Amino acid sequence: MDASNFINIGERTNVTGSKRFMRLIKEGDYDTALDVARNQVENGAQVIDVNMDEGMLDSLEAMRHFLNLIAGEPDIAKVPVMVDSSKWEVIEAGLQCIQGKGMVNSISLKEGEEKFLDQAQACLDYGAAVVVMAFDEDGQADTEDRKVEIAQRAYDMLLEKLDFPPEDIIFDLNIFAIATGIEEHNNYAVDFINAVKRLRETCPHAHFSGGLSNVSFSFRGNETVRQAMHSVFLYHAIPTGLDMAIVNAGQLEVYDDIPEALREACEDVVLNKRDDATERLLDLAEEYKGKGKQKDSKEDLAWREWEVTKRLEHSLVKGIDTYVTEDTEEARQQADKPLEVIEGPLMDGMNVVGDLFGDGKMFLPQVVKSARVMKKAVAYLLPYIEEEKDEADKGSNNGTIIMATVKGDVHDIGKNIVGVVLQCNNFEVIDLGVMQPMNEILSAAEKHDADIIGLSGLITPSLDEMVNVASEMQRRGMDTPLLIGGATTSRAHTAVKIDPRYDGAVMWVKDASRSVPVASRMVDKKARAELVDELKEDYDKLRERHANKKKDKFLTLSDARANGVQLDWENYAPPRPKLPETTEFGERQAPPHAKSGANGEATPESGMYVFRDFPIEKLVDTIDWTPFFLSWEMKGRYPDILNDPNKGPEARKLFDEAQAMLKKIVEDKWLTANGVAGLFPAKRVGDDIHVLSDDRSETVQVLHNLRQQTEHRKGVPNRSLADFIAPEDSGKDDWIGGFAVTAGLGSKEIVERFKEQNDDYNAILVEALADRLAESFAEWLHKYVRAELWGHAPDESLANEDLIGEKYEGIRPAPGYPACPEHTEKDALWKLLDVDNTTGITLTDSRAMWPGAAVSGWYFSHPESRYFVLGRVAKDQVKDYAERKGWDIATAEKWIGPNLGYEPGG
Amino acid sequence: MSDQRNELLHAALADRILVLDGAMGTMIQNHDPDESEYRGERFADWDSDLKGNNDLLTLTYPDLIHEISSAYAEAGSDIITTNTFSSTTIAQADYHMEDLAAELNREGARIAREVADEYSTEERPRFVAGVIGPTNRTASISPDVNDPGKRNTDFNELAQAYGEAAEALLEGGVDIILMETIFDTLNAKAAIYAYRRLLRERDIDVPLMISGTITDASGRTLSGQTTEAFYNSVAHARPLTMGLNCALGPDALRQYVEEMSRITPCYTHAYPNAGLPNEFGEYDLQPDEMAEHIGEWAESGLLNMAGGCCGSTPEHIGAIADAVAGKTPRQRPEIKRAMRLSGLEPFTASA
Repeated sequence: MDASNFINIGERTNVTGSKRFMRLIKEGDYDTALDVARNQVENGAQVIDVNMDEGMLDSLEAMRHFLNLIAGEPDIAKVPVMVDSSKWEVIEAGLQCIQGKGMVNSISLKEGEEKFLDQAQACLDYGAAVVVMAFDEDGQADTEDRKVEIAQRAYDMLLEKLDFPPEDIIFDLNIFAIATGIEEHNNYAVDFINAVKRLRETCPHAHFSGGLSNVSFSFRGNETVRQAMHSVFLYHAIPTGLDMAIVNAGQLEVYDDIPEALREACEDVVLNKRDDATERLLDLAEEYKGKGKQKDSKEDLAWREWEVTKRLEHSLVKGIDTYVTEDTEEARQQADKPLEVIEGPLMDGMNVVGDLFGDGKMFLPQVVKSARVMKKAVAYLLPYIEEEKDEADKGSNNGTIIMATVKGDVHDIGKNIVGVVLQCNNFEVIDLGVMQPMNEILSAAEKHDADIIGLSGLITPSLDEMVNVASEMQRRGMDTPLLIGGATTSRAHTAVKIDPRYDGAVMWVKDASRSVPVASRMVDKKARAELVDELKEDYDKLRERHANKKKDKFLTLSDARANGVQLDWENYAPPRPKLPETTEFGERQAPPHAKSGANGEATPESGMYVFRDFPIEKLVDTIDWTPFFLSWEMKGRYPDILNDPNKGPEARKLFDEAQAMLKKIVEDKWLTANGVAGLFPAKRVGDDIHVLSDDRSETVQVLHNLRQQTEHRKGVPNRSLADFIAPEDSGKDDWIGGFAVTAGLGSKEIVERFKEQNDDYNAILVEALADRLAESFAEWLHKYVRAELWGHAPDESLANEDLIGEKYEGIRPAPGYPACPEHTEKDALWKLLDVDNTTGITLTDSRAMWPGAAVSGWYFSHPESRYFVLGRVAKDQVKDYAERKGWDIATAEKWIGPNLGYEPGG
Repeated sequence: MSDQRNELLHAALADRILVLDGAMGTMIQNHDPDESEYRGERFADWDSDLKGNNDLLTLTYPDLIHEISSAYAEAGSDIITTNTFSSTTIAQADYHMEDLAAELNREGARIAREVADEYSTEERPRFVAGVIGPTNRTASISPDVNDPGKRNTDFNELAQAYGEAAEALLEGGVDIILMETIFDTLNAKAAIYAYRRLLRERDIDVPLMISGTITDASGRTLSGQTTEAFYNSVAHARPLTMGLNCALGPDALRQYVEEMSRITPCYTHAYPNAGLPNEFGEYDLQPDEMAEHIGEWAESGLLNMAGGCCGSTPEHIGAIADAVAGKTPRQRPEIKRAMRLSGLEPFTASA
């Protein structure tokens, strides 16, 4: 049982619990009484308890009239009703007025078995779940054993005699007052909690409820202590199985916010930990009472003195909406843009709420209250944001987005924030609101010719509904990109459950700030295709991981090979490398193993080019800045991140400083960049690639590859890098390339110098930049190879974004990365290109490159070659690989380790 | 219903998608009996107009009802429904014929029984479903917009009326009780209440079909419930089949049928209208068009039983029968045990 499944039953429409409600009913002010009901539904009550038991009332008529009125109020009638009365005829009258399936509160064995069974039978005939009180012919159960005995007897009887569905039984095991000064009462809470625990085991599917306020009855008038006791009680009872309670959401203190001394004292009485627990709590309570009011108001004033972001957080955590408007206004005046208030202090506050909830220290009703405060703040800011947007751009928009919370779900804060953020970025947002059936959403999308459909949901069933929507989009043949968001959604769920249902783009966004770059890429056709490629690859990975969790299904190695990438070698001739004799960076050299390739030969088969002290200024413009920001834990796409309403200023500052340092790196020659690239004849042999002597008669180096082995969807091949090289029997000559570059030579000294000056910031900055420069070098070199050295793509002219997006022909996978994760294959590369000597990059025992700012890999030229994720492999392949490498199995298993699809040795 | 017929019904459901019959009202309208045919000899001097009281034709023009049901059986219906949509004391009150309600049900059941028995073979038994309609009153909706708490009927009155109807249908020999065109779930709950009490009193078991009506594109019943909330509200009846009928054509109804199919562990049925009425109140969807939709539903594994509602004719049913023939019936899903409550919307609590 965890707190998120806890059911909160609203108690405000109960005349025995609410003086106000009683007065309204007595006075016949049913309109206002309906407002009370509506309010508590809005405040997060998932079920409303209706009780009209009052001596001065015609309870039966009041019950009937009120429920008939509720039937006409969709805002209220959407939730189930708990028909609550000690009089059976009132309960029956109530059941006759509700079309939904509600709960009866309550029946018991108090007046014997016959009556109990008759009433339970009636509940079955009316179609209602039933609360069974732990009460029998001998009275109300107080001890643990009595509670268990009565509940068990009732449970067995209901199932055996009436075939009553156990999931529709809710036990109320009587929460009694503790810390009353009477010794027998001390253990009541423990008795309750233990009884719930025991019955959970012996009464499968049943639920457990209770009237929470009883427990603190002896502290009437001291709300601080009562609320603390309630929270402590729930904190301990929920994990053992209490899954619903009649509560007033406003009367719950956040567990963590209870002053420590008070919390301890409450724990002592609730858990009956010490003999003097009651006295101690009483003493403490006196203190609270004595200074109580005073202290409370002092505290009130105290938090109002805090700085505004803290005040907002306090309001959110406590669910206080009294000051939120004025505080929001103050925060707005301090901020550059109104949106910053949402993304900054308000979201921070909600994160605190989320964490407390996750730890079971806040309960759902409190979270819902926090959400309301949040909404109020957002609503206040909206006009300002709109205004700003109007000023910014009155012209065309970036695209139209249909947003909705899916059917069955009412949560919309996250969606509203995303909507605001997108609007600020000049998207037209059509927000359909909550509880949207899929037809509404999809019809609206078609009607508005939407560029994106955004689905939101907070509760778990929404996940299934999103899957349903995706399936329906597929059935309708739509291709509108689908954006998924909301608290319970995840990248994994999107990848595993939603994406496979829909051929169009499906993208999960973590939070509002992520939605803009994603939406921007989705509306642009070209960027979308690229995004989809990335996503599919990412999703494949997640799917494999997920599948692996549930035991991967493997093909045999031979079946996997049979399902390899089938390239049409008959109608394709691999491009012969140009291998120019001289370039502006130096002359062609013979690779260490080759006799030819050096200068003088007109049509060499192989060749190697060494780039020493490469001009770093050539690499600055092609830096991919997005990972740079990521390394600073600033997620966001460059250049969008510079204009990010929240991170923008920080990002721009960082960017400026990076530019200044880059200038120094170039001008003062802080770093040295070296590189090497070579091209060689090659052929495919099984899953290996043989690098050949220039006359193709000998194998000078074998490059070993692994092959994807998990079962794929139909039509998806089991890839291996070997598939992209022409096999011998194709009769076609093919080549493979290799490279290694670094931009990190010299960085060690610079870093140490900064560290000596205690300047960690610049130390990290220089390392991060060296990394980026090395990547940029690899990108530049690959392009140079494509255009000049190999020349298979001489005419490509790609903008930097496309380079980074890897839109060009051919790939440069690196040993140790997803397509070829086995690191020792670097050894072959180092040998082929004499990397140690040509560049100064060395390999550690675990095959890491030193300096760290280095990139190496293979070049494949085939236009259909692509990156992929190897995933898990089975034992037959590991065995085969070990044989090919000349290893024993244990060595192979060590190096393939992270990709093993089985337990080694098993 | 005897245990033996019950077994036959379950065996048939396991074996194939069963075919319901089509609209009775549409066929009667096509035949267009006049006031005197409605009256017959027996009610020649009745005080109020009787044209339009379709159920009365069971007594005054039984051959017509027999002929229509036979045409459906001929076209391939496995389930013959009775002409008793309005045969409750409440609905017959419009014609001051409350006292005839029981007789209408009994005779309606008898005619359907005759047809079913005529067409039954050992390989292909036919079954009779005794229809209980919604009545023309609603227990959870006020007849007066200015007085939302007002009701023109209540649970007890409805339960009484439905109970009498069910009792008479059983006397007339039906195999199944079919509560159809439910637009106010509270009415249906009253019917279920009566049905459960009746079965217990008599210690018999009669399978129940429950059929809700999604009234428009909002995806809700007239009384405001979503499909799942509706299901949660009536699941305690432990019906043999759950499904939807009327109000919408197959295109608009599909998503709700799909939803029902997903959420209920019961068998499912669906019998949509032949499209939406045109400006002349006629239904335009042709038999082959309708069959194409239903065929696709069957293909998608949504159905155990299919037929047609308003606007459908024996030709429609014939085409539907062809479309579902040989298709695998829907496999009933395992549904996780959980307390499933509802207001207008469903609320699930897992233990």
